[in-house]
This record gives sequence, C-alpha cells and structure tokens, in this order.
Amino acid sequence: MSWLVQFFSSGIGKKIIMSLTGLFLILFLVVHLIGNLQLLKDDGGKAFNLYTEFMVTNPLIKFVSYGLYFFILLHAVLGLLIARFNSNSKGTKYAVQRSPETTWASKNMALLGILILAFLLLHMGDFWFKMKFTDQLDMVTYDDQTVKNLYGRVAVAYQEWWIVAAYLIGLLALSFHLWHGFQSAFQTLGLNHKKYTPAIKGLGKLYAVVVPLAFAIIPVYYYFFMK
Amino acid sequence: MSILNLNIKVWRQNQNSNKGQFETYQVQANEHMSFLEMLDVLNEQLVREKKDPVAFEHDCREGICGTCSMVINGQPHGPLAATTTCQLHMRFFKDGETIVVEPFRANAFPVIKDLVVDRASFDRIIQSGGFISVNTGQAVDGNSIPIEKNRAEKSFEAAACIGCGACVAACPNGSAMLFTSAKVTHLGLLPQGEVEEDKRVQAMVAQMDKEGFGMCSNIGACEAECPKEIKLENIAFLNRSYMKAVFTGE
Ligand code: SF4
Ligand code: FES
Repeated sequence: MSWLVQFFSSGIGKKIIMSLTGLFLILFLVVHLIGNLQLLKDDGGKAFNLYTEFMVTNPLIKFVSYGLYFFILLHAVLGLLIARFNSNSKGTKYAVQRSPETTWASKNMALLGILILAFLLLHMGDFWFKMKFTDQLDMVTYDDQTVKNLYGRVAVAYQEWWIVAAYLIGLLALSFHLWHGFQSAFQTLGLNHKKYTPAIKGLGKLYAVVVPLAFAIIPVYYYFFMK
Repeated sequence: MSILNLNIKVWRQNQNSNKGQFETYQVQANEHMSFLEMLDVLNEQLVREKKDPVAFEHDCREGICGTCSMVINGQPHGPLAATTTCQLHMRFFKDGETIVVEPFRANAFPVIKDLVVDRASFDRIIQSGGFISVNTGQAVDGNSIPIEKNRAEKSFEAAACIGCGACVAACPNGSAMLFTSAKVTHLGLLPQGEVEEDKRVQAMVAQMDKEGFGMCSNIGACEAECPKEIKLENIAFLNRSYMKAVFTGE
C-alpha cells in the first residue's frame, strides 16, 4: 500500500484528491438544490419538512452524509495546505503583477474557499446543527407524522437582512469558485481533449452561474415576499 | 530609425544571501535593438561609469536556447506572445517608458545575481528521467520505426520546449508542470520513449516534488507566457500518464 500513500502525497496525487472531492461536492449541490427548491412551494413547508425528516432518518442517506462531511473537510483542509505550500514555492512576488489571459477566480481559489467555508459554518450552524443536535425547533404534525419544523426556522432566518446578505456573498464566492473549479477538476484528472473540453468548459460556466443563482432565489424570495 | 529614451528599473542583487533592490537607469536605445542589446547598451554605460554591470543570462540570442530569463513589466520574456526576451524588439516599447525588469521568481529558482537565477532544478528533473535509453552503435535509420502522424506532430510540438523556465516564473504557484509535461509528452508519445514511460513519469514527478515546485491549479499563466506555446493539454497527458504508471505499472 505504500505506493498508494506515495501517490496521494505527490503533488499530482493531492490535486487529484482535490479534483475528485470537488466533483463529488458539485454533484451534491445539485441534490441539495433540488431538495431546497421545495421551500418555494406554497404549502406552509409541508413538503420541505417531510423531506428533511427523510434526509436525517434514512440510513442510506445518513451513510452518504458522513462521506459528504468527510469530503468537505478533506477538500477544505487539503486545499488550504496546498495554497500555503504553493505560496511558499512561489516565494517573492513580482513588483509588477500582470497576467493577462488568466481569470481572477483561478488565482484566488483559496480565498474563495475560505469565504465559502465561513458561509458553511453560518449555514450549517443555523439549520443543520439545530436540526440534528438540538431541540430548538418546534414540532409540526402532518397527518400522523410529527416532525421538526425546519421550515419555520428557515422562514425566520431569511427575514434577517444580514443573513440574506451573508448568503448572497457566500453564493457569489461559490459561483466564482465553480467558474474555475468545474473545468479545472477535469483537467487535473487528465481529461482534456478537443472533442469534449469545450463542452466541459461551457457546462462549467453554465453550472457556476445557474446553480448559485437558483440557491440565491430562496432567501431573496423569503425576504421580500414571505413577510 | 527612431531613438527611445527609456527608464530601466532593474533588480540588483549582489548574491543570493544579500537583499536586493531596484535601481533605475536612463538608457537610449534604437527601436531595432533586441531587449538584450538594450541591456548591453546599459551595461557598457555602467562599465564606463565604473559601476557593476547588470548580470543577465543569454546564449543563442535567436530564441532556441532558453537562457534569456527575465520578467519584463510583470511578464516572463516580456509582453509579446511566443517570443523570448532575445527576440523581443524595442519597437514594442514607447519612448519615455519605464520598464521594470525582475528575475524569474520561484523558490526552486534561487537568484544568483541580479537577473540570473539558478535553474539546475530543471536539469535534475531531466536527469531523473527526461531521456530514452539506447545502446550506442550505428545510428538507426530514422524511418525504420513507423510513427503515426498525429503522434509525431503532438510529440514534436511538445519537443519545442526550450526549458527556459518561463512557465515556472509565470505560475503564481511556482509549478513546473508545463515544463515536465512537455518532456513527458514529447518522449512518451514516441515508440522509442514509450517503453520507459511508466518509470520516467514517476521519476520526473518525484524529482519535481523534491525540488519544491508548487502544485498545478490550472491557472494557465504558463501557457500564456510560454515562448514556445506549449499547451495545457500536455499537463493533462502528464496526469494521465502518471495515474497509469501508478495504478497499472510495476
Ligand atoms: S514549457 Fe514553455 S515556458 Fe516552460 S520551460 Fe518549456 S518553453 Fe519555457
Ligand atoms: S538567448 Fe537563447 S533563447 Fe534567448
């Protein structure tokens, strides 16, 4: 197994971990978004609350979610270590900084990552933590099922302007992070070919705009239209 | 022929252990000079004033040896695409302009003096596997091994790399992936090099890491600044080749 340890401690191996965990998180975002769009249903939160109950109790989902926490941490910690290593490898910075033909996002992935991490702490502390580890949420009963009313907490949180603002900043950071990260993940895996790379790049840009935008609709909608 | 009055703000550093600083000099250059000839004029001026001339590296002065390393106004080899410093002409600068000249920056390229950096780390990467092993003897007929045209062309494009180090200099991560990938692609695509590909790629990647080069985050500054237009596809090839070697090789 030493060969595997050696692989993952090489520069390329570390970047492949970043790429694979990143792609997993990209997939997760889609699932998360589809679930959350139920918040836009006009049913007093019934569909969303039943869905969240399912998500925290289903054993298979529980299993996958531990993988998710692990991959988020791995992506974040390794990403920061790589950024620090790279900054040391560069050493002295140039007096004149000029780099046309490169995107701002590609050079600021760690900064964007830190913003996203800060947003995640706020986001998970407010909803996920309260849902899983506390009894702070009220209970609601639908037909014969009594579940935690996470919808209620979401609706209250999104009345606060600063929470909505923090969400928008976090999602903007996510958008820039994906703008570079999506296509970069494929390049790192060695997938670069004139047959499909233009499509990957196009899809990545589309994803980076559409997904964060769709997430952003939810707090904005609640803030303005669900008084 | 027009004459340019330039302010050359250049990095001066006696030796690696000393701290360096910028000095600004006035130079008159004609527009047909290359950037290095302009520096020659500056140095003649400095020698006449009994001052220490600016140390910079050069050899072929025709864009093929890769020694003329410097960063001009924030860009390795200056503002012109696909052009080495020695092939960059002064007509691309404006009269009265201040031009900032710095050495290549990367921890694996320590400054020796002024604009001269030590790129022996590249040599060690090549020594670790950037070659093919052949027995000495009579030269083999070039056409005795058939090579598919596409492969030959891709390999040839990668072989254009002159090992100048501009990719490392341009990279905000100080990564040597473009250089190493050019070598791995160049040799790996040819039948003569393919046999040793697994061994080569693992040895070269290990050496690259050992030298302390950064990790590639696909920014693309290397590709933009490379005087020989080596493409990022080579880095994808390197990563594929490395994975193949690790997971399927001996
Ligand atoms: S890849 Fe380009 S920039 Fe890098 S060493 Fe080769 S020729 Fe120079
Ligand atoms: S001096 Fe040889 S490439 Fe410039």
